[in-house]
Amino acid sequence: MLSGRAESGGEAVIAAQKPFEVTPKLDESGTPIGELLEISMGPHHPSTHGVFRMDVTLDGETVVKLKPVFGYLHRNHEKIGENISYLATMPYTDRLDYFCSMTNNWAYALTIEKLAGLAVPERAEYIRVIMAELTRLQNHTSLIGFFVQDMGALGTPMMYAFREREKILDLFEEVSGARMMCNYMRFGGVRVDVSDAWLAQTKKIVGDYGKFLDEFEVFLNENEILLARTQGVAPISKEQAINASITGPLLRAAGVNYDLRKVDKYGIYSRFEFKVPLGETGDLYDRYMVRVLEMRESIKILNQALAGIPAGPIMDAKAKLRGFRPKAGEVYGRIESPKGELGFYVISDGGPSPYRYRIRPPSYINLTTLEDMCLGRKVADVIVILGSVDIVLGEVDR
Amino acid sequence: MLGEQIIKGMAVTAKNFFGSYVSKDRLTTVQYPEERLTPKENTRQFPFLVFDGDDAEKGLRCVACQICEKECPPQCIYIVKSKDKKPDYKGQMQVYPVTFDIDISVCMSCSICVEVCPFESIKMNNEFELSTDDRFKGLLLTKKELAKPNSYYQQIHPQDAKDSDAVIAAEKVKAEAKAKAAAEAKAKADAEAKAKAAAAAAPVGTPPANPPTPPPAAK
Repeated sequence: MLSGRAESGGEAVIAAQKPFEVTPKLDESGTPIGELLEISMGPHHPSTHGVFRMDVTLDGETVVKLKPVFGYLHRNHEKIGENISYLATMPYTDRLDYFCSMTNNWAYALTIEKLAGLAVPERAEYIRVIMAELTRLQNHTSLIGFFVQDMGALGTPMMYAFREREKILDLFEEVSGARMMCNYMRFGGVRVDVSDAWLAQTKKIVGDYGKFLDEFEVFLNENEILLARTQGVAPISKEQAINASITGPLLRAAGVNYDLRKVDKYGIYSRFEFKVPLGETGDLYDRYMVRVLEMRESIKILNQALAGIPAGPIMDAKAKLRGFRPKAGEVYGRIESPKGELGFYVISDGGPSPYRYRIRPPSYINLTTLEDMCLGRKVADVIVILGSVDIVLGEVDR
Repeated sequence: MLGEQIIKGMAVTAKNFFGSYVSKDRLTTVQYPEERLTPKENTRQFPFLVFDGDDAEKGLRCVACQICEKECPPQCIYIVKSKDKKPDYKGQMQVYPVTFDIDISVCMSCSICVEVCPFESIKMNNEFELSTDDRFKGLLLTKKELAKPNSYYQQIHPQDAKDSDAVIAAEKVKAEAKAKAAAEAKAKADAEAKAKAAAAAAPVGTPPANPPTPPPAAK
């Protein structure tokens, strides 16, 4: 039986919800000291990373209740996807998590390839890995910029992060034509082939990225303010993380060894040597550090992929651009996006558009632990905790 | 010592600050609009229609097949087919768009229309300074505003234009060869029919030296 529901006379009725009772602190005589303050953080607040609202109940400066409110950026993505062709949904997936359009494209392409039984040529697989790891680099870099900005380091670290991110976006623009809305992958391959000059440029940027990370780590890793604000703050245990089905760097920071690149070995990830960085306590510092270490591993993967990329076609010969109709069936495809497990669930009835189209967005599901992490914390921590979850509202609201 | 790491971090900031005066890697800002970056080959902003020759009306490659209209994700293309036909670049009689509108306030620059077009007729522009004070008519581009000569396409996307021209040239050659073959076949068939008719019409026993008489006209 579902929790929260009670059976009566064969008919399920929703049990009356017990009101969440919060009372302010009492003094010795039993009278409350002050009163609770309910404030609405957001939706238009720079620290909420988009249009996201938190109804926070405060006792002094301590959070006693937090209710995330979202849906302000709802664009009806899934229903639109059921009414347009399979191909036309591809540019819409760019707009889910607009920081990582390449990985969104890959997840969607992977799902439809599974459904239609298309094979991806060797060169296209390598290009996909290169694009996905570049995406991971730029997502984590800019996230760390935002994260320290949430702590009050206004500007400087984020400017450095964005300067490096810009170099990767230039690479994306050169090959796909757009910096963020790449719309690059296709069912059965990729849209444009990369040139040798592009590969050489990528090699150079990836080679320099390690130096930038060295500098960034000296800059931040042991900074006393960062340590004071993050170490021991909002830890989540392994059990809590698994129960809330959170994925991605958040889960790994809690010490759970779960990375779809290792678990599913989708694409050609089984060919590359890399480690999965794990945290111990799952506090904010672990989440920060796991992301820094993941970038180091991404550089390793990139170096191997750039060295091993073969020549050849970039599209499956069977792939069809116009009049694409996969056979009827049901499929779930998932990849490890920089934010966690990004899954697409598609039911096809053999027509030109899917019968049902559904997305499992990682940052939406990671948000479910927000209240647990924030209770008992100061209000200034709420901002940092939200920053560490790494949400993008385009993906949360869809 | 407390604050040691902060001081180390400040050293990084100082390195970046002074480095920005000497190193191009540390100062990547471009002072737009005084300075401009050259757009990349694949840069895409909004679509335009390619025409061959000088006359936008006559040389428009679009044959109003409406595939782009159907595939366009935000449905920003509106096409009305013509009732009459005009010859396209292959010399075949084709319909043409009487109305071809793109609402660029809806367009999301995904270039799906370019990919699905079988006639190399819709391409992506790299013009991005399109701000206007007329938010309705100013952003609804009509056929007249969308039509750009092939020379413009060659100028903004040299590599792509070369590929596209090659595709069209190959199709033209194919179409010409086909037309020639068809004409030859027709001529041959005509000649054969003529010879047959002549042989049937010729009187029996006539010496072969005599020229064949033309068949009698059918009543």
